[in-house]
Amino acid sequence: MTLRRLRHPALLVPVLAAALFLVLGAGSAAQEEDPPGRPGGDLVAQGRELFVVGCSSCHGLDGEGVRAPDGADRGPSLEDSGEAAAYYYLTTGRMPLASSEEIPQRKEPAYEPHEIAALVAYVGTLGDGPDVPDVDAATGDLSLGGELFRDNCQACHSATGAGGALSYGRAAPSLGQATPTQVGAAMRIGPGQMPVFGRDALDDAEVDAIARYVRYLEDPDDRGGIALGRLGPIPEGFLVWVLGMGLLLLVSYVIGKRSYHRRKAEAG
Amino acid sequence: MAPLRRRRHSKPDRLVTRRTARWLDSRLGAAKFARSALGKVFPDHWSFLIGELALYSFVVLLATGVYLTFFFSPSQEEVIYTGSYEPLQGVEMTEAYRSALDLSFDVRAGLVMRQIHHWAALLFLAAIVVHLMRVFFTGAFRRPRELNWMIGVTLLILGIFNGFAGYSLLDDQLSGTGLRIAYSIALSIPVAGTWVASLLFGGEFPGPDIISRLYVIHILLAPAAIIALLGAHLGLVVRQKHTQFGGGERREDNVVGERVWPSFAFKSIGLMLITAAVLSAMGGLAQINPVWLYGPFDPAEVSAASQPDWYMGWLDGALRVWPAWEIRAFGFEVPAPFFPAVLLAGLTFAALFAWPFLEARRTGDRAEHHLLDRPRDRPVRTALGVATLAFYTVLTLSASTDVTATTFGLSVNAVLWAFRILCLVAPPVAGWIAYRLCRDLVDREVARGETVPKPVPPPRRTRDRPRPDPRPTPAD
Repeated sequence: MTLRRLRHPALLVPVLAAALFLVLGAGSAAQEEDPPGRPGGDLVAQGRELFVVGCSSCHGLDGEGVRAPDGADRGPSLEDSGEAAAYYYLTTGRMPLASSEEIPQRKEPAYEPHEIAALVAYVGTLGDGPDVPDVDAATGDLSLGGELFRDNCQACHSATGAGGALSYGRAAPSLGQATPTQVGAAMRIGPGQMPVFGRDALDDAEVDAIARYVRYLEDPDDRGGIALGRLGPIPEGFLVWVLGMGLLLLVSYVIGKRSYHRRKAEAG
Repeated sequence: MAPLRRRRHSKPDRLVTRRTARWLDSRLGAAKFARSALGKVFPDHWSFLIGELALYSFVVLLATGVYLTFFFSPSQEEVIYTGSYEPLQGVEMTEAYRSALDLSFDVRAGLVMRQIHHWAALLFLAAIVVHLMRVFFTGAFRRPRELNWMIGVTLLILGIFNGFAGYSLLDDQLSGTGLRIAYSIALSIPVAGTWVASLLFGGEFPGPDIISRLYVIHILLAPAAIIALLGAHLGLVVRQKHTQFGGGERREDNVVGERVWPSFAFKSIGLMLITAAVLSAMGGLAQINPVWLYGPFDPAEVSAASQPDWYMGWLDGALRVWPAWEIRAFGFEVPAPFFPAVLLAGLTFAALFAWPFLEARRTGDRAEHHLLDRPRDRPVRTALGVATLAFYTVLTLSASTDVTATTFGLSVNAVLWAFRILCLVAPPVAGWIAYRLCRDLVDREVARGETVPKPVPPPRRTRDRPRPDPRPTPAD
C-alpha cells in the first residue's frame, strides 16, 4: 500500500544511477611533478638534521635500521636504499609512517620539496643505492611502453593502470597520480611487494617508454563516452542493471499498467 | 476489409494502404489471419512487457551485429598494426584484434555500433533473467506451459553462451583471459578433460581455430537457434494464450485485456523504440569494453581485475569462492574447477529445466492454470526462489573480490572469506525473510477482510474454452 502512495517509486532507481554515473565518470587530475633534488654539501647536512628528527626513530640515527625489543624489524636499514627510494617514498607521501605496522599509502607529502631534496641527498650518502633516475617520458616510445607495461606491470596494476588487489590487504596502487620520475624510481627500487626492475631488466629508454605509457593511461584516448572508472565489466554490468533495466522497467510500468479509467471501472 | 468495401463500393479506393491490403488479401488471403492476429487479446499487466524487453534487445543485437560483421575479421593470423590508434602502432597482434581496433577507430559508426551491440547483449540477458523471475514467482510455468518454460531456459543458456562467444571474439587481453579460463574448465572435466579441451580449441591453448569457430557459432548457429526458439516461444504464447492475474472479471477460462490492434501493438512498438533509444544512448554515452586499452592477447600476460560480463559473473564468482580442493576419485584426479564451473552450471540448468515437474510432483497440483499466482500466496515457492536468487547474486558479486577489495581498501582474502560465508548464509536468511513477508502480507489481508485465504484447491480442468490439443503432458 505505501508503495502505491509513492507515485513512481521506481523513479528513484534511474535518478540514483545517474548520480553514481557522474561520480564514477569523474577523472583524477594528474599531479605536478616535483623537481628531483640535486645534492650539494649543504643539502646533505640539512638532510641529516631532518633525518634525525623525522626518520631515525625507526631507521636509526645513521640509517642502519632499528629492531624492536621483540626482534621484529621496526624499520629497515637504508644503507642500500639510495636516493631513488628516498625520493619515491617521500614525494608520494608514503613515508613517514605513523607506526611501523601501517602499510605505506600514497598521501600528501609530509615535507616541502626543498626538504625532500635534502633528505634524498642525505640518504644517498648512506650507501650504494640507486640514484633518482632521470626519466624523460616525452622521448619514450609509446607503443614499446605499452608492450612493456602489459608484459611487466598490468598483472598487478591492471591494464588501465587502475591498480589491483594483492593478498592480505596489500594492493598495487593506481598509477593515476604517479609522475614519470616516481614511476622510474619505483621500478629501480621495487617498493613493497613490487619486484626490482634493474638496468639489466629494463634499460633507461625502456623506463622512459613505460613512464610515457603510464602518463598516457592517466588520460587515454577515451572515445566511446564516459569511462566507468576503467574497472572493466563490473561497473558495466552495474550500469546495465541499474540504469538500463531500471529505466526500461519504469517505462514498462508506465506504459503497461492498466489505464486509470480501466482500473476505476474494475474497482467500481 | 469487408465493411470498407461496402462503404466505398462504387469508387476505386484511393488510399494506397487499403489498395495494398486488398491486393495482398486477394493473393494471400491475409485478411483472415490478420484479423485474428490483430484482434487477439493480450492481458494488461506491466510485468508482461519484460519479456518483450529481451525480444527488442535481441532485435537491436541483430541489427548492430550485422553491421559489425561487415568489418570484423575472425582470423588468428598475426599482423602488425598500422591503424590510427597510436599506442599500438607497430605492435604484433591477430587479425581479429586488428579489425576490432579498426571498428573502434577507423570505421564510420563502428565504435557506437560495437558499444550498442555490447550494451544490448548485457540488457538482453538482464531482461531474460527478470522475465524468468516474473514467470517463476507467478507460477506461469505450470501446466500447460512447461514446454514454454523449458524453451525459455534454453534461450537463457543460448544467450549466456553466445554472449561469452561474442566477448571472446575480439582477441584482446580480457577476452583471451576469459577463453583461458574456459579452456581450463574444459580441462577440469575428469578423464575426458584433455580431449574435450583440445577438441574445442583445435589443440593446445590458445589453439589455431578457436576464434573462427566461435565466430561461426556467434553469428550463425546460436542466433539461428535463438530465432527459432523465440518463434516457438512466442508461438506457444499465442497458441496457449497469455496468463493473467485473477480478480475482477478475469477467470481461468477467459482472457481480459487489450486487443493487439490498436492498443497493445502501439504499446509494444513504443517499447521497442524506447528500448532501442535507451541502448543507443548507452552506446553513445557510456564506454564499454575499451579493447584498445587492454592490448592484444598474449597467453603469457594477464591483467589484474579481469572479469567477465555480468551474466558469467556467477561462474567466475563460484570459481573464486570454491576452495582449492583437489580430489582423487576412482584413481582419477578431479581438479577443483570441476565442481564450481562444470557441476554447478550443470545442476543449475538441470534444476531450472526440471522445476515445473518437481513442483507439480511436490504439490500434487497437475491441473491446468491460466491464472497467475500472487507470489505471497505461494510462500514456499517464493521463499525458495528468493533464496536461489540470493545465492546466485552473492556468487555474481564474488566475481568482484579484487575490485571490491581495492575500491574499499579491504584485504582481498577477507573479502573472499566474507563472500564464502555469505554464499552459505544469505540464501536461507533471504528465503526466511521472503517466507515471513508472504505470510504476514496474507495474514494482514485476511485480518482486514480484503481477501479470502486462498487454499490450493487445484482448479478443475476447465473445458469451457477450446484449448489446444494435444496439450503437453507433464512428465509424471
